Formats: sequence, C-alpha cells, structure tokens
Amino acid sequence: MDNRKSIKTALTIAFLLVAVAALYWGDNNLSRFQLRILNLAAIFVILGASMNLVIGFSGMFSLGHAGFMCVGAYTAAILTMSPESKELIYYMEPIIPLLANVQWPVIPATLMAGVVAGIFGVLVGFPALRLRDDYLAIATLGFAEIIRIIVTNTISITNGALGLKNIPSEKSLLFYWGFGILTILVLKALINSSWGYAFKAIRDNEIAAEAMGISVFKHKMLSFSIGAFFAGIAGALMAYLITSIDPTMFRFLFTFQIVLIVVLGGMGSLTGSVIAGVVITIAMEWLRFVEQPMSLMGMDIPGIPGMRMVIFSLLLLIVVLFYRQGLMGTREFNWDWVLDKLGIAKSKEREVS
Amino acid sequence: MTLEIFLQNVANAISLGSLYALIAIGYTMVYGIIRLINFAHADLLMVAGYISFYGILIFAMPWWLAFLIAIALTTILGMAMEKLAYRPLRNAPRISALISAIGMSFLLQNLGIVLVGASPKPFPRPEGLVWNIHLGSVSFLSLTVIIPVITLLLLAAVYLVVNKTNTGIAMRAVSRDFETASLMAVDVNKVVVTTFAVGSGLAAVGGIMWSLQYPQIDPLMGVFPGLKCFIAAVMGGIGSVPGAMIGGFILGIGEIMLVAFMPELSGYRDAFAFVVLILILLFKPGGILGDHVVEKV
Amino acid sequence: MSAEKILSTDNITMRFGGLTAVSQLSLDIHSGEIIGLIGPNGAGKTTCFNMITGVYTPTKGRILFKGQDITGMRSNLITKEGIARTFQNIRLFQSMTVLENVMISKHVRLKANPLEAVLRLPRYTKARKENYEECMELLRQVGLDDVAHEMATSLPYGKQRRLEIARALATQPSLLLLDEPAAGMNPQESLDLMNFIKEIRDQFKLTILMIEHHMEVVMGICERITVLDYGVTIAQGNPAEIQNNQQVIEAYLGVVETNA
Repeated sequence: MDNRKSIKTALTIAFLLVAVAALYWGDNNLSRFQLRILNLAAIFVILGASMNLVIGFSGMFSLGHAGFMCVGAYTAAILTMSPESKELIYYMEPIIPLLANVQWPVIPATLMAGVVAGIFGVLVGFPALRLRDDYLAIATLGFAEIIRIIVTNTISITNGALGLKNIPSEKSLLFYWGFGILTILVLKALINSSWGYAFKAIRDNEIAAEAMGISVFKHKMLSFSIGAFFAGIAGALMAYLITSIDPTMFRFLFTFQIVLIVVLGGMGSLTGSVIAGVVITIAMEWLRFVEQPMSLMGMDIPGIPGMRMVIFSLLLLIVVLFYRQGLMGTREFNWDWVLDKLGIAKSKEREVS
Repeated sequence: MTLEIFLQNVANAISLGSLYALIAIGYTMVYGIIRLINFAHADLLMVAGYISFYGILIFAMPWWLAFLIAIALTTILGMAMEKLAYRPLRNAPRISALISAIGMSFLLQNLGIVLVGASPKPFPRPEGLVWNIHLGSVSFLSLTVIIPVITLLLLAAVYLVVNKTNTGIAMRAVSRDFETASLMAVDVNKVVVTTFAVGSGLAAVGGIMWSLQYPQIDPLMGVFPGLKCFIAAVMGGIGSVPGAMIGGFILGIGEIMLVAFMPELSGYRDAFAFVVLILILLFKPGGILGDHVVEKV
Repeated sequence: MSAEKILSTDNITMRFGGLTAVSQLSLDIHSGEIIGLIGPNGAGKTTCFNMITGVYTPTKGRILFKGQDITGMRSNLITKEGIARTFQNIRLFQSMTVLENVMISKHVRLKANPLEAVLRLPRYTKARKENYEECMELLRQVGLDDVAHEMATSLPYGKQRRLEIARALATQPSLLLLDEPAAGMNPQESLDLMNFIKEIRDQFKLTILMIEHHMEVVMGICERITVLDYGVTIAQGNPAEIQNNQQVIEAYLGVVETNA
C-alpha cells in the first residue's frame, strides 16, 4: 500500500509540473483569442466545481451562484482599479472616500473577493438554508436577484447600472488556471475529508446524519459559504478577464450555464465539472460562430444569445431526461483506476483521508 | 399625493394584483399536484402574447379570435410540456424535475429569441377592448375594469371546477396523496395533464392581459412576472387556489404602493417580492392559507 | 436491578394539531436494562423515540437523561450526550461504503478544523487514522469487517439492519434506541438478532430501549415492557405480567365481549 501511495504522489506531482509547463508554453504560443477562451474555461471550471460542492455533494439545490460571483467581481474590481480611473468612471456619484484611494495587488484582491462573497454566503445562508429542495432554489435565486438589485442601486459603491470599466487586465493562463487547479485541489481534499463525508451524509439522509451527531445547519452553512467563496474568486477572475462589468451580466442566465456544467458533468463528480466546464466554454465560443458568422473575433460578452442557448437548453433537457448521471455520475478520476488498469502495485486495502 | 394620483395607483394596483393572481393559480395548481415549480409557466405568458400579436397583425384576425387561438395553442403547449419534460421524471429526485423545468423555461425563451428576435414589439390594443373611461376628473383605461372582472370570473370557475366536479375531486385527491389516489383508480396522468391544461390556459389569459396592460412584448417578458407569481402562490399557501388569489393581490398592491409612497425605493421594486418571499418562507412556510407538512421520521 | 436511573420521561405528551400521538408517557430506565416498547400500529411508539432523540419537542413533560434535562435539545446534541438510535425504515447513507457509514459517527468528535483537514495536517490525519482503526474494530466486533468496503446498500437486508446498529454504536452511546430491529426477519434471523442485542449490551455497557412487533423477541430479551395504545400507556411490567394483562390482549386482539 505504501508503494502505491508513493507512486500516486509522484504521479500527482508530475502531473502538476507538466500542467505548469503546458500553461507556460500556452502563454507564449497561443493567440490572444485562444488564451481568452481557455481562461474563461478556467473560470467556468471553478464555478462548476464550487456549485457542484453545494448541489452535487451537499444536496442543496442553490441557484444563487451568479449573485456571489457578482459580489466577487465587484469587490475585486473596486480593490484593483486605480484611484484615477475610479474618479473618471464614477461620474454619476463619486465613490465613497473609504474606497476611493485603495488599490490592491491582484492576488490579495482576489482572495478578498472570495472572502466577501463567502460572507454574503453566510448572510444568505442563514435564512435560506432552513429551506430545502425547490424552496431553497427559489429563495437563493431570489437572493441572487436581490444582490444584483442592491448592486444596481448602491451607486456610490458600485457605480450602479453603468458598471465598472478599466479593471486591470490579466491575460496569463498560469494565473487563471493556477486558481482553477488550486480550487480543484482544495475542493477535492475537502470532499474526501471527514467534512466532505459529513456533507454527503446530509445529502443522503438528513435525519440519519443528524442522528449521527452532525449539526446539519452548521455543515450546510460551511459547504454553502465555501461554494460562495469560490464563486467570488471566479467573479474576480471574470472581472480581470473582461475588464468591464455591470450588474446585468450576473443574471439568472449565468447561473443556468453553471447548472448546465454541473448536470452535464455529473452531480457529485468534480472530474465531471472540470470536463464539462471546459467543453461547455469551448462549445459556447464555437457556437458563437454558428450564431453570428460575421463577428469572428467576438471579444465582448455575449449580448443576447439565441441559437446557442436553444442548443444548451435542449442539451440540458436531454441530459436530465435521458442521461441523468451526466458524463461522470459520481465517479472521479483517480490514479488508482489508472494503476489498476496498468496492473501496477495492486493494493487491496483502501486508504482513508 | 393628490387624490387623483392615489386613485390611479389603486387602479394600477388592482389590475396588477389581478394579473398576479391569475398567473399564480397555474403555479399553485401544478405545485399542489406534482410538487414542481414549473419555471416554464412564466414563459407561457410570452407565448400567448406573441401568438396574439401575430394573429392580429400578420393574419389580420379579429382580436377575439386571435386571443382564443392563443389560449388554445398555449394550453396545448402546456400539456405537451408536461408529457415531454416532466412526466418521465415523476419518480426521479425532485432536483431533476426542477432542472428539467429550468431547461424548458430557457428553451422557450431562447426559441422565442430565435423565432421572433430579442427586441421588444409594441402590442396592439384593439379598440373594441381598450378605451378611455372618464369618471369626473379621473380617467383610466377600460382594462382597469376588464382585467379584475375577467380574473374574478376565471377564479370562480376554477374554484367551482376544483370543488364541485369529479375532475376537481380527483385533483384534490392526487394533491393530497399521489400514490393512494392512483391505487384508488384515479387516472393520475389524466389529472396531471388536466391541471397543466387549466394552468396553462389561465397563463395564456394572463399573458394576453399582461400584454394589453403593458403593451410591449419580448421573449423574456415572462421571467419577472413568473417569479413574482410563484412568490404570490407561496405567500398564499402553495396548492391553495384562494391562497394564490390573496397572495397575488397582496403582492401586486404592495408593489405599486411601495413605489407610490416611497418613490426613493423604486429601484428596489423587483426586490420587494423576493424579500416578501424570504420572510414568508422563514416565518410562515405554509403560507397564509396553506398547511405545512413535515417529513415523517 | 439496583443500577442508577439513566433515562426518565416525566409525563411526556406530543400533540400534532388536534391529534394526541403520545399522552403522558412516563418511562424509567435503569442502566444496563433492555426495555421493550410495544403496541399496535399508530400507538405512538416511534413518536416517543422522536421525542427522546430530539426530532420532536414534547408538547408537555420533561425528559431527563443521566439527571440532565434534555427536553427539546437538538438531535445532534442529544447524540453527543450519549443517546443513539436506529430507524424503522432503514436510513443508511446510500452513497457510502459500510466503513464510511460507520466513520460518519466519528465526525463530531474529530478534534481538527476544516482547514487542517484540507491541508491534511498531522492532527487531522492522526485522528482520522485512529477513527479508522476504531471503526474497523467495531465492524469486526459486529461481524461486518469482511464487507467493510462494500456499498452499504448492496448488503442483504439483515446486514443492513446490523450496520444501522453498528453505526449507532460508533457514536459511543450509553443508551441505544432500536426501532423495530427485527422487522422483516425470519425466526432464525430474529433469534440471531436477540443474541446480538444481548451481546452488544454486555460488550458496550449499553442500556437498550426497543420498539418491536415480534413478540418472541420482545418476550425473550426485554426485562420490562411498556405497552402503548393510541398514545396512552396501558400497561407496564415484566414479560409475564404483560402477557397476562387483559387490557393488552384487548388492545391487540380487539375487545372481547364478556357478557355473551
């Protein structure tokens, strides 16, 4: 067993090194357009995986992801924009003095975006997590809308409906996928830990979980706010990627796309969310050509999607009606499977983590 | 606020409340029977609006014929939706059915965008139906009277159907206990599809009246009214027809009055419904007229 | 039985709207006893369990566990105090293996925070390893170690019942509530179960309160029995007394006309 464990650790490290090398290569050799799509894919991977934590692993059907993303995007934008561009952009109402002169480096701002979104997660979760199933869905959807409406109306902080522009841009694959890979590693470690099992126990049978001594509300809150934290991180990354944001971006439509990723990949499989996140992002861009053959270099956020969304809605319906497990069901990629196939260092005993 | 403006607001509040009530009934009936938030219910408003629009403007039909056709087609669409997207998932986890409903809703919206374009279109107001009424110094549209009257008539009809007919009794039996009802030789499929038909028909009427009252239609026009009407249904007690009516009126009147009396909060108008929803869910999850069922251990 | 009182319910009553599910139930259970709670369907037995384990808060009355008032305490905290239960309709975690099901019980006592868990810091991994050993040992004791890595729901029915008991034992209770443990078992399986219950009582120093319909099981292992009918306590006593109690016979068989 030790033998296999060390092989697996070595494989993981090798994989990470190769990944970093590939990202580095990509940064130097891919076109801006390709980089942009791959970076967008990293963002959707984070969104899909974190929503899967909430929906797939913890059994809470929350539809509030776009709201937390909105919080993260605005936090990161306000923290990283230069005081000069703030003065320029907030012309309806000046920004409140407290925020006028802050300018943080990108990484702390991103983490802060996650923290603020996580705090919103706690605030929303406190009332909402008393509800279940479709009531939870509609309440979280409501909260996401409320967040959006608040953002639209607190002009001296968010610049209201005009949105924010000139957000410092990040272009490197290493940056976006660095966050993407870290997110996956953290979520994987969490899901395979005692806490992850507690989440799954609550999902499987709430009453039995409580009878095992687990505080259902506390654990739901933990999972929900961790989900919100990563949604906030993804929101921040989104802000750096497109450099201008406004409240209409974070409508329910956005959450719909994340739900599609979670369902397509498999509710309860991080691997599935990673695959589906990449596939859906690329498909979204690819289908843009189908929809508007004229704007090949469509660099802006989609205006109003038509045909693409018809295809995605149909895809969601087909998956949920005929392939309810999605691509992966609840299975995960793991080295054991690879090693078993290759017949290397078989071990009977399972390990616990 | 002058008396005239106040009366104007009252009139607006009553018509908005009536529309909410009418649409909320579809939600409450469907939820009462198969415990599903039919997200696509909202988009039926839009479908009915567009069918009427094209009927009147392109096919030059008389308005009443266009409306009847719109109601019929929307009803059929609602029934088809049940059969294709919800029936196969009846024994699946509730999340699956909900996802299917969300998928259906997005499908209708985006098919709308593809077929008729995303830009809003002005909805015609037929002269025989919409005119100005002058009452002293107050002037208002005929719709202000027509909408509540039609709503009340339809509500009375639904109430009679649910409480006095065999179909209605079967509906109530199924909503109480799906399995037992099917064991008692109630044709559950028929009941469910009838429920969808009635709900969709009412949504169509609601959609047409909505388009007349706010005469601009676009493929996403159903989204917000839909969410709010679901909230109205929850507020009244999901599954209860009179409850949906009460919820609809409270919400409609509350929304108009919020803006009338606190104009500085008008930006938060759409948030009002959600705040109400969350308060209701937390403090009286069964709604005003509903009873709350706890899970059996 | 001179042992101390471990659980006592003082006139607990549970009303749902107009329906009184349990009325003024008083139970006194001493350490080490096996007590039976019987009665026809709908008599309020499971409701009584639900009150003791905090799923419901009694409308009236008090519940004392080891001298402490636990009335209306949350379920998970009551488990922590040392009351564990099984369910009438088996409630295993279906996505997990047998071992994982049992290990869930250790989660509350884990002395590490989520951050330590995610980073796999020593305090967490050490605790987890200990939990693993303890749970494997427990599975060995109840004879489920050979299926430790099977999916819980793939086990045959009898073993699923046993696993539910094992999972409850893993929370280290001093009082164990069993809700119809012999339901659906044939006579041989019931017999095995009786021996098993006695064994775990001795081995884990337990007190057991059980709801059961199989009279052989109840009469075979319970030292004292309480009979409920329509929420009302109609008899309390040892098996022999219960078997000869006229009211109990009537409750089970219907009223016997005496003035024929």
